[in-house]
Amino acid sequence: MRKVLALTMAAAMVAGTLAGCGGSAPAPAADNAAAPAAEAAAPAADAAAAPAAEASGDFDWKKFDGEEITVLFSEHTYADAVEEKLGEFTEKTGIKVNYSSMPEGNYFEKLNVELSSHSGSIDVFMTGAYQSWEYATAGNLEPLENFIGTDLTSPEWKYDDFIPAVIDALKWDCVPGHSVGTGSQWALPMGWEVNILTYNKKILEANGIQPPKTAEELLEASKKLKEFDGSGTYGLAVRGLPDWGTIHPAYMSMYSTWGAKDFEIEDGKLVSKVNSPEAVAMTEYWVDLVKNGGAPQWATYGWEMCGADLGAGKAAMMWDADRGGYTQNTPGSSNEAGNMAFGMVPYPEKAGKTAADMKSNLWVWSMAMNADSAKKEAAWYFMQYFTSPEFMLWSGVEKACTDTPRTSVLNSDAYKQSVANAEGYYEAFSTISKNASIFFTAQPYFTETTTEWAKTLQDLVTTNKYSSVQEAMDQLKVTMDELVSDLGVE
Amino acid sequence: MTTEKKSSVKSELNKVPFATRVRPYCIVAPSLIITIGIMVPFAMAIWYSLTNYSFKLPSHKFIGISNWVSMLGDESFWGAVKISLLYGVISTVLEMVIGLGVAVLLNNLNNGLSKVLRVLLVFPLMVAPVTATIVWQLMLNSSVGIVEKLLNIFGVYNFPWAAAPETALMTVILIDVWINTAFIILLVLAGLQSLPKSPFESAKIDGGSAWFNFTNLTLPMLKPSLYIALLFRFMAALQEYAVIFALTKGGPGDSLMSLSLTAYQKGFKFQKFGAAIPFILVLWLIINIAAKRIVNLQRSAQKQAAGLEE
Repeated sequence: MRKVLALTMAAAMVAGTLAGCGGSAPAPAADNAAAPAAEAAAPAADAAAAPAAEASGDFDWKKFDGEEITVLFSEHTYADAVEEKLGEFTEKTGIKVNYSSMPEGNYFEKLNVELSSHSGSIDVFMTGAYQSWEYATAGNLEPLENFIGTDLTSPEWKYDDFIPAVIDALKWDCVPGHSVGTGSQWALPMGWEVNILTYNKKILEANGIQPPKTAEELLEASKKLKEFDGSGTYGLAVRGLPDWGTIHPAYMSMYSTWGAKDFEIEDGKLVSKVNSPEAVAMTEYWVDLVKNGGAPQWATYGWEMCGADLGAGKAAMMWDADRGGYTQNTPGSSNEAGNMAFGMVPYPEKAGKTAADMKSNLWVWSMAMNADSAKKEAAWYFMQYFTSPEFMLWSGVEKACTDTPRTSVLNSDAYKQSVANAEGYYEAFSTISKNASIFFTAQPYFTETTTEWAKTLQDLVTTNKYSSVQEAMDQLKVTMDELVSDLGVE
Repeated sequence: MTTEKKSSVKSELNKVPFATRVRPYCIVAPSLIITIGIMVPFAMAIWYSLTNYSFKLPSHKFIGISNWVSMLGDESFWGAVKISLLYGVISTVLEMVIGLGVAVLLNNLNNGLSKVLRVLLVFPLMVAPVTATIVWQLMLNSSVGIVEKLLNIFGVYNFPWAAAPETALMTVILIDVWINTAFIILLVLAGLQSLPKSPFESAKIDGGSAWFNFTNLTLPMLKPSLYIALLFRFMAALQEYAVIFALTKGGPGDSLMSLSLTAYQKGFKFQKFGAAIPFILVLWLIINIAAKRIVNLQRSAQKQAAGLEE
C-alpha cells in the first residue's frame, strides 16, 4: 500500500516538476527580464483603476459560485488589505475563502510542510521570489500562464500594467544560474520593496550631519552618531539575524552596488564569488559599519527591531525595506513619526562608483497557487481579484501598501498625493526603482547559502574566529560551492 | 479420543462469557496501540535517516549510512552536542538548586505571604516560552530594556546579552531558569508536604539544628521527588528549542545551534529530512541514556526512603 502511495506521490511530483520547469508553455509577456523597474513609468493610465464592476463587461465572476478555497498568508500590510476585502470578494464571486495568516518568523517553515505534503490543503499562499525558486523546482507551484490571458481572466485585470521588473522577478525557467525574467510565471506581485536609507532628519540636524549619499559618508555619520543620545542609541539599524533576511536588504544592495556577485557559472557549474576582491572589500566595509555604527545587539536584530529602534528614536538611520521606514513615519505609528526622510542607496565613491551605480535588491511579496490545489480556477479568481488595478489602487492609497507593483497606481494622482507627506519617498522609490532588481543568482538552495552567509557575517562582527575578512569569505566560498555542487546548470 | 477431549475443552471454553474472554485483550490493547503509535514513527525516522528524503526531491532513495557519516564528520554536529549538553546540564542544575531553595523556604514560611508567593511564582509557567522570551528580549534590549537601565546604575553599559557568543548561552539559560524554576518549586513543594512529621518532631526534641534536619532528614526523604523533577527538567532542557529560536535563531554564528535547532534548520528550513533525522536520533539516545540513569537513581532513592535499602 505504502509503495503504491509513494509511487503515486512521486509520479505526481515528477509530473508537476516536469510540467512546471520543463514545460513549453509560453511566458505571457515579452521577455523583458533586464528591463528596469523605471520603465514602469509608462503612463498606463489611471483608467486602469476604474471600478471593475463597471468595466468587466461580460466576464463571469460568478462562474465558480459556491466553491471554497483555503488561503495562507504571512501577517503583513498587504495581507491585512486582502483580509479586509474578503467579504466583497465572496459577494462578487460566490467563492468562500478560508483565510488564515501567521507571523513571518515561522511562516515559510509552516508553508514548506503544507506544500511538501502535496495534500492541496492550501490553494493560494504568499511567497517571495527567492522562495519560489525552491518551490518551483520541487513542483509545488502552478504555472500561471495556464490562466493569464485565458477566458478565466477578466479583461480589466491587465497583465501589462504590472511594473516589468517586478512581474519578471517572479518568472524563472528553473535552471540554476539562469536569471529571473524568463520561463514560467510562478507568482503574482502583491507589493515590492526596495532597500533604501531612511533617516531621522531631526537627529541628523541636531548632530550637524548631512543625509549621507555615499558609503563613506554613511560610515562617518554612523560612527559619529554612536550613542548620540546616551547608552543604547546608535547610528544605523540593519538586520543581523543568522538567516537570509540579513543578506537580502541592505547588505545585498551595497554588495551589488560595489560590483560583487554571489555566483557565476563556470564550466557548467555554479561557482561562489563571495571571496572576490569586490566582495571582500564590501564585507570589510560592512563589518566596520556594523561594529562601529550599528546596534549594540545587532546579531539579534530582524526588521521588526530595526523599525522599532528607528521609530523610538534610538537609531538615527535605518537601511532596510522602504516600507519599514514609511510605516514608522505615518502619524501616530511611532514616537518619531513625521521626522523621517528618505535617502537612496549609499554608493562607494572610493571604489569608483557613482550615483548611476546605485542598486537596490528587490523583495517581492507575491501570491502563488499550489500545484496540488483541487480548486485552481476558483483560486485563480481570488488571485486576479486581489492583484487587480482596482484593488491595488485602493490598498496603495487607503491601506499604506505603498510599494505598488502596478504602473497605473504609481502614476495616479491619488497615489502620489497619499505618499506626498513622506519627504523624499516618492523620489527615492521612483529613482531607485530604475536600478532595482533581484541580484541573487536564482537557485534552489537559496535559503541554505544565505544562512551560511549571514552566519559568517555574525562571526566576523561578534567574534575573532577569522584572522581577516578574506579568510572568512574564502571559507564561505568553499561552503557555498559544496552546497550547490549537485546542481546542474545546463 | 483425543479429538473428543479437544472438543470438550473447546466447549468448556465456549461456556466462558465472551466479555470475559476478550477482557485481557481489551486491557492490553490501549498500551499495544500506543506502543505501535510510538514505534512506527520511530522506525520510519530510522529508515528516513538512511535515505536522501527531502521536500525538494520528487522521490527519495536509500543511501545507506551516508547521512550518519557526514553528520559525524561535521564539526557543527559536535558543536551542537556540546551546546545541548551545556544548556541541559547548567539550566537543570540552576533550576534544581534555586527551586529546592525556594520550595524549602516557602514550606517553612507557611503563612499568608507564602500562599501569595506560591501563586505568583507559578506565573512564568503559564506563559508560553516564546512569549516569555520575547518579553525578555525587550527587557534586555540595550536601547529600551529595563535590565539595561538597571545595569547602567552600576556603570555597565551595552551589555551584549544574546548578541555575543560569549554571553549568548548564559542569556538563554537565564530565561530558561526564569520560566522553568517554578516547575521544580511545585514538585518539590508537593514532595515536602508529603513528608512524615514524626522524624522532624523527634529531631526537634533531640535538638537537631535546621541544617542537620535538612541534610539528614529532608534531603534523603525528598530524594525520590527531586529525581522526578530532575528527570522531567533535564529531558526537556536537552530538547530545548523555543527559547533559543525566539531569541537568536541559533546565532550569533553557530554559538547556540543545539541538536534540536540544527535538526529543525536542516529539516524544515533546508527541507532535508534525511540529513536532519540523525541529529534528532542522537538527541533521543542522549536523553534515553540520561533518563534511564535518573530513573534507576530514583528507584533506589525510593527504596532507601522506605527503609528497604541502605
